[in-house]
Amino acid sequence: MSDRHVEVGVFLALMAVVVVLGFGAARWRASEDPQTLEEWGVGGRSFGNWVTWFLIGGSMYSAYTFIAVPALTYGVGAIGYFAVPFAIVTTPLTFLFTTRAWSVARRHGFVTHSEFASARFGSPGLGAAVAVTGILATMPYVAVQLLALQAVLRTVGFGGEWPMLAAVAVVSICTFRSGLRAPALLSVVKDILMAWMLLTAVLMVAMYGGWDRTFRVAGEHFAATPSPADGLLLPQVGHLGFLTLVIGSALAVFAYPHALVGMLAAKDRATVRRNAAALPVYCIALALMALLGFFALSRGVTPVDGDLNTVIPRLIHEYFPSWSAGIAYAGLSVAALIPAAVMSIAAANAFTRSLFRPYLRPDATPATEARVSRWVSLIVKFGAAALILAVDPAYSVELQLIGGVVILQTIPAVFIGLLTGWFHRVGLIAGLLAGLGVGVGMLYDIPRADGTGHFGGSSWSVSFLGFGPGTTVYVGVVALAVNLVVAVGLTLVLRASGVAAGVDATHPDDYLADAGDAKLKRLDGLIDGLPRKPLSVDGRGAHTAGAVRTREAEPALRSGSAAPESLSQSGPGPGSGSGSVPSVPVPRDAEGFPRELGAFSREASSFSRDSSWLPPDSGWPPRGGSGRPPGDEPDDIRATTTR
Amino acid sequence: MPTPAPRSRHWQWLLVLPTVAPLLTPFANRLEPTLIGVPFFFWYQIACAVFAIVIITAVYLATREDNRE
Repeated sequence: MSDRHVEVGVFLALMAVVVVLGFGAARWRASEDPQTLEEWGVGGRSFGNWVTWFLIGGSMYSAYTFIAVPALTYGVGAIGYFAVPFAIVTTPLTFLFTTRAWSVARRHGFVTHSEFASARFGSPGLGAAVAVTGILATMPYVAVQLLALQAVLRTVGFGGEWPMLAAVAVVSICTFRSGLRAPALLSVVKDILMAWMLLTAVLMVAMYGGWDRTFRVAGEHFAATPSPADGLLLPQVGHLGFLTLVIGSALAVFAYPHALVGMLAAKDRATVRRNAAALPVYCIALALMALLGFFALSRGVTPVDGDLNTVIPRLIHEYFPSWSAGIAYAGLSVAALIPAAVMSIAAANAFTRSLFRPYLRPDATPATEARVSRWVSLIVKFGAAALILAVDPAYSVELQLIGGVVILQTIPAVFIGLLTGWFHRVGLIAGLLAGLGVGVGMLYDIPRADGTGHFGGSSWSVSFLGFGPGTTVYVGVVALAVNLVVAVGLTLVLRASGVAAGVDATHPDDYLADAGDAKLKRLDGLIDGLPRKPLSVDGRGAHTAGAVRTREAEPALRSGSAAPESLSQSGPGPGSGSGSVPSVPVPRDAEGFPRELGAFSREASSFSRDSSWLPPDSGWPPRGGSGRPPGDEPDDIRATTTR
Repeated sequence: MPTPAPRSRHWQWLLVLPTVAPLLTPFANRLEPTLIGVPFFFWYQIACAVFAIVIITAVYLATREDNRE
C-alpha cells in the first residue's frame, strides 16, 4: 500500500467516524423536547465546561483561521500574525461581556444578538437591521470555510466541486437532525485531531532544523522580496494598520451571530468564565499554526496553483508521515465543517427570531419556528456553496472582508448595549447605516495590489494625513467610529428634543442572573418550548406544567409595574400576548398561562410607540439623561423597577 | 438574586492587563531576545496568552463568590 493510499484511507475512515458521530449526536445529552428552537439551536443550553470550551474553540478557531493565518504569515510575515493578539484580546472581553450576554439572554429567552438589540432598545426595526447585517456577514464567512475545505480536499486528491458539495450535504443533514449537538460533539473530535496535527508539526520543525533555521531562512526570503511591507517584523509604517486590524477583528468576534450561540449553550455563568480563562489555550495553538507559515516558507513549500490556502495542506502532505497526514486532513476538514454548521444555525436563528416572527408570522408556533430555522440553516449552507461555485473564489474572500467591516457596525447595539441602554434606537439605526455606507465606500476605494480595480483589501491608506507613505488603517474601525459619532450625536439630539426612546425591556439585574435564579429560563425547553395553545402539541403538557410551577414559585417582585398590563393592545386569546410588560420577565396571557418571552420584545416596542409615559428602563446609570420629562413616570412604578 | 459585593468586583480591573498586553506590538516589534529560535515579536504573544490564562483564572477565583447563590 503506497503512502498516498494510507493518507487517503486514514482520512476517509476518520471522516466516516465523524459522520456517524454527527448522526448519533441527537441522542447525546438530549432532553425530552427536541422540537423546540431552543433545543435545536442552542443545544438546550445544557453544556458544561468541557463541551462549551470545545464548541467555542470549534466555532471560533475554524479551518479558515488555521489555513488562512499561516497562509498570511507565509505570504507577508509579521502582519499575518495579527490574528494571535486579536484572539488573546477577546478572552478577557469574553469574561466580562459574554457573562452579561449569557444572563440577559437566559432571563429573556434570547437566542440571538438581534433579539437582544430589539428588546434593549425597544425597537424590532433595530433587531431586524442587526439580523440582516448578521446574516449578510455570515454567508461569505461560511463560504470561506468551504473554500478552506476545498483547499484541503484538493490536496488530498479530491479535486473539483463534488467532494466539497458532498461534505456540505453530509454536515447539513447532521445539523438538520441534531442541531447544535452535532457540532459540539464533533468539536471534541476535531480538537483531538488538531492537537495531534500540531504535535506532529512541532516535531517536524524540530527534525528539520528547528525555529532558528526557520526564521533565518524566512528572514532572508523576506529581505530578498521587493515589497517593504513584508518581513519578520512590522514595518515602521505598519503599526497603525496592524493595531486597528487587531482591535476591529477582536470586536467583530462579539458581533458575529455565531459567537453567541456557543456561549449561550453553557450551563451557567461560571462555565462561561472558566471558558474565558481556558480559551487562550486556543490562542497558543493559533500562534503555533501561524509560525508554521514561516516553516513552510523556509522549507520552500509551494502552493497549488498559486492558492496560498493550500500552503498548510501541502506542508502536511510533504512533511508528515502519511497516516499522520490523513489525521491532519480530517482535522482540518472537520474544522471547516463545524463553523459552517454553527454559523448557519446562528444565521437561521437570527432570521427566525428577528424577521420571521416579528414581521412574517407573528403567530408562529415554537414547532414552526424550529422548522423554519432548520430550513433556513440549510439555505445558508447551500447558499454559501452556491456562492463559491457561482463566483470566483477570490470574490468570496472579498465578500468575507466586507462582511467583517459590515458586522462591526452592529457593535454599538449588541456589544456596547450590554453595558448601557443609553443610546436612542433611531440613533443606533442611523449609526448602523452610516457605518455601513462609510465602510463599504472605503472598501470600494481600495485598489487591488496592481493599483487598479476596487475591494483590494481592508487597509485604507491614510498617508494623505501626513503619517508617511504606506500608512494604512483598518476600514472597519474607521466605519465604526463614524457609526458611534452618528449614534451618540443623534441620541443627544433626540433626547434633548424629547423624542421617546424605545422602552428597555431588560433590567440591570438581568445582566447578573445566574443558574438557580427563579426567573431564569430552565433548560428543558422553557423558552420556546411553551406552546401558545397548551397541551395541543405532542406531549408538551409536561413542560407547560413544569413552567407554571416555576412561575408560581417566583416572587412577585415587580408586581407594581403590572399597571401597564391594562394597556395591552393586541387581541385576546391564547398566545395573542396581552399584558406583556417590559420590565416583567414572566408575563401571563389573558387566560393566566405563562407566555413565552421571546415574543415579548415585539410587544415591548409596540408599547413604546403609543405609550411614552411607561417607565423607561430602570436604571443602568448612563441612561439618566433621558429626554423624557421626569414627572412622566409614575413613582410607584419607578420604585418597583429600580431596586 | 446575585448582588456582587463591590469589593470583589474590583478584581475585574485586573483584566485590563491581558487586554492591553497583546496590543503593545509597537514595543514588542523586535527580533531579540529569541526563545528557542523564535523572534521576540512572536513568542511575546504566546507569553501574553499564558499571562491571560493566569490573570483570568485569578480574577475568576477572586470573584467566584458572585456566582454562589
